[in-house]
Amino acid sequence: MNQQTFHYDNKLPKYFAIACIFWGTVGMLLGVIAAFQLAFPVLNFSEFMPYLTFGRLRPVHTNAVIFAFVGNGIFTGVYYAIPRLLKTPMWNKTLGNIHFWGWQFIIVCAAVSLLMGFTTGKEYAELEWPIDILITLIWVVFGLNMFGTILTRRERHLYVAIWFFIASWVTVAMLHIVNSMEFPVSFMKSYSWYAGVQDALVQWWYGHNAVAFFLTTPYLGLMYYFLPKAADRPVYSYRLSIVHFWSLIFLYIWAGPHHLLYTALPDWAQSVGTAFSIMLILPSWGGMLNGLFTLRGAWDKVREDPVLKFFVVAVTCYGMATFEGPMLSLKNVNAISHYSDWTIAHVHIGALGWNGFLTFGMMYWLIPKLFNTKLYSRKLASTHFWIGTLGILLYAIPMYWSAFRSYFMMSAFTPEGQLQYEFIDVVQTVIPFYIMRAIGGTIYLTGVLLMCYNLIKTAKTGEFVATEEATAPALAKDYKAPANSIWHSLIERKPIMLLILSLVVVGIGGLVEMIPTFLVKENIPSIASVKPYTPLELQGRDLYIKEGCYNCHSQMIRPFRYEVARYGEYSKAGEFVYDHPFQWGSKRTGPDLARIGGKYGDSWHFNHMLDPTSMSPGSIMPSYPAMYEDVIDKASTNSKIHAMRQMGVPYPANYEAIANQDLEKQANGIASKLLIENKIKISSDKEIIALIAYLQRIGTDIKLQPNPSK
Amino acid sequence: MKFSTYLVHITGVSIYPLISLCLFVVFFFLMIYWMYSIDKKEIERIQNLPFDDHKKI
Ligand code: HEC
Repeated sequence: MNQQTFHYDNKLPKYFAIACIFWGTVGMLLGVIAAFQLAFPVLNFSEFMPYLTFGRLRPVHTNAVIFAFVGNGIFTGVYYAIPRLLKTPMWNKTLGNIHFWGWQFIIVCAAVSLLMGFTTGKEYAELEWPIDILITLIWVVFGLNMFGTILTRRERHLYVAIWFFIASWVTVAMLHIVNSMEFPVSFMKSYSWYAGVQDALVQWWYGHNAVAFFLTTPYLGLMYYFLPKAADRPVYSYRLSIVHFWSLIFLYIWAGPHHLLYTALPDWAQSVGTAFSIMLILPSWGGMLNGLFTLRGAWDKVREDPVLKFFVVAVTCYGMATFEGPMLSLKNVNAISHYSDWTIAHVHIGALGWNGFLTFGMMYWLIPKLFNTKLYSRKLASTHFWIGTLGILLYAIPMYWSAFRSYFMMSAFTPEGQLQYEFIDVVQTVIPFYIMRAIGGTIYLTGVLLMCYNLIKTAKTGEFVATEEATAPALAKDYKAPANSIWHSLIERKPIMLLILSLVVVGIGGLVEMIPTFLVKENIPSIASVKPYTPLELQGRDLYIKEGCYNCHSQMIRPFRYEVARYGEYSKAGEFVYDHPFQWGSKRTGPDLARIGGKYGDSWHFNHMLDPTSMSPGSIMPSYPAMYEDVIDKASTNSKIHAMRQMGVPYPANYEAIANQDLEKQANGIASKLLIENKIKISSDKEIIALIAYLQRIGTDIKLQPNPSK
Repeated sequence: MKFSTYLVHITGVSIYPLISLCLFVVFFFLMIYWMYSIDKKEIERIQNLPFDDHKKI
């Protein structure tokens, strides 16, 4: 057989590894700052500038950790493992470089634009449309390079890690495109194409599966490669890994609606989401056990090798998070966990434990290999391991505690049937937990800094191996599959087939779930009194989105006694038909705002937004002084109304032309009322006027309904 | 332009979850069958792929 010689490239894995660690550190630091902001609102620095408030910083933190830290982590592993598993270099160096620099460019654009307030208002998909397009292009470049490599391989068989990479690639592409359907209004401003319930369903189908196919499946690919490598023994059961793969990708895609239990989403869709979430335990635990059993008989190694220690905790956290997830999708558990710190604890078990520790383990293994040396200090790595574990515990425990405390306080009634606690009482109670959590995060970050030091030292003691030579025979052209392996040869050795099949598998779930919501009119009962927003309210709503108020406030009252008593009539699907995008939120650091309209006078909001503690002593909400300086962007009214009508919002024909007249009339009304009734002087073109108009409108439409039982 | 105006009616939505469950069950059993049909030697070779980078030292 003729042997061919070729070279594995180590440069791109090195670049991606550096980017991963760098952005990871930045992203976690932002998380720590955001955590402290919740306890000490002065840290929002909103007296000086509007850029660092919690509502803007948190999306930068989440996006940085997901797409910059984990994203670069995935690419590190892919660019290292795929060539070695397929015995060929990555297909195209230029594509690889474009991929690397393009991705880093996207990250920088993302950070800058989010801090400046350019956002779509949909969690983990906040980036505006030009960046969305850029992401699509770079993702295609990545896909081309990966498939080019697979098609020019010297190993017929695709190892299971590669299946995970392929499925992740195709699913992320689908999720990103479907969820980013938006109508551009201007450069860096767009509206989601979907509205209300539909937008919510698409968004959480995306949100859930971003966790599944960005944070989980590609990392499982890494686990199936690096864990056996580090332990120096093959995976416990390759058969189990096949089951793990197919059932995982099949089931995951259905589970999205468990983020919307008890909301205005149709019941049947909620039930499907729950059923599939429960089933998910099986493949997830299959995978976890497969990982842990790989170390059977090697536990003495685990005690000594920090790499394996990190892997063991990572895989254990994977198991914990995938057990907790299905539990959280049980309706009665979800009633407690949703909108609370429980969800935050849950995702951080995943992010800090599973993604973080798997990445650290991979880096401690990989960097010495790339620099042809030994790890600078095993002891330091072990210290990192213990500090990191402590950090996770100190992060998670206060969050669980706070979730239960606030649940019991929120749902407590006095014997007379009154709510026992004000919202602000709950806020005051959980602040100590926020502080502990922030300290937990700081400890975890300290561990990461130790790792940076250790890895830099390692690199300095070694010498970088830019390429590694290897030899392998070319693929035989006249290959015949052995008898009895018909299935096998049909799918597993055919990468394109594998790609298409995984697309079909994940596509079915998405379609079955979403099409009916789009099709069936009865799914979203319309409410005649619900009308489109006035131009001023629309501008105010865009400010609400821009400031990321949804990071702390929900707009969705669930049909529980303790919610209805606190916030008002529960939310109906028909109320949101003009909400492009929906703003239901996912976390209540502040109270629900679905019925805020009319609850207070205009002057209350005026004072509250300028200094929340003036109206609500002890509040941890940031202040928004910039809104009292900046003027409403009237030039955009025309194109905003136009975009809305294009998407089916029934503004009268040619309303664009006169919309600003209505806007000014309403704004003057609010400003003069403030002056006459409250002696507050404010020019009517300031942003705060638009925001007040929007807040006073939220949730009031159904109150105008004629009473049916007359 | 509005999404739902294109697709106004479909009857019997409740059948969707049922169909999907059946699909999954069928799919699952096919997969189990496939998994067991793979040759043992073949499995052994595949699971050792990560160790076979054919490096010249
Ligand atoms: C850091 C989280 C946070 C952010 C971000 C935030 N809020 Fe708040 N908000 C709170 C908290 C906590 C309260 C309860 C205490 C209080 O009334 O100030 C609150 C209360 C409110 C209330 C009074 C609700 C009621 O029923 O009494 C309104 C209105 C409000 N926020 C509007 C906004 C708007 C508009 C934005 C975006 C510009 C925003 N909030 C951003 C945390 C936040």
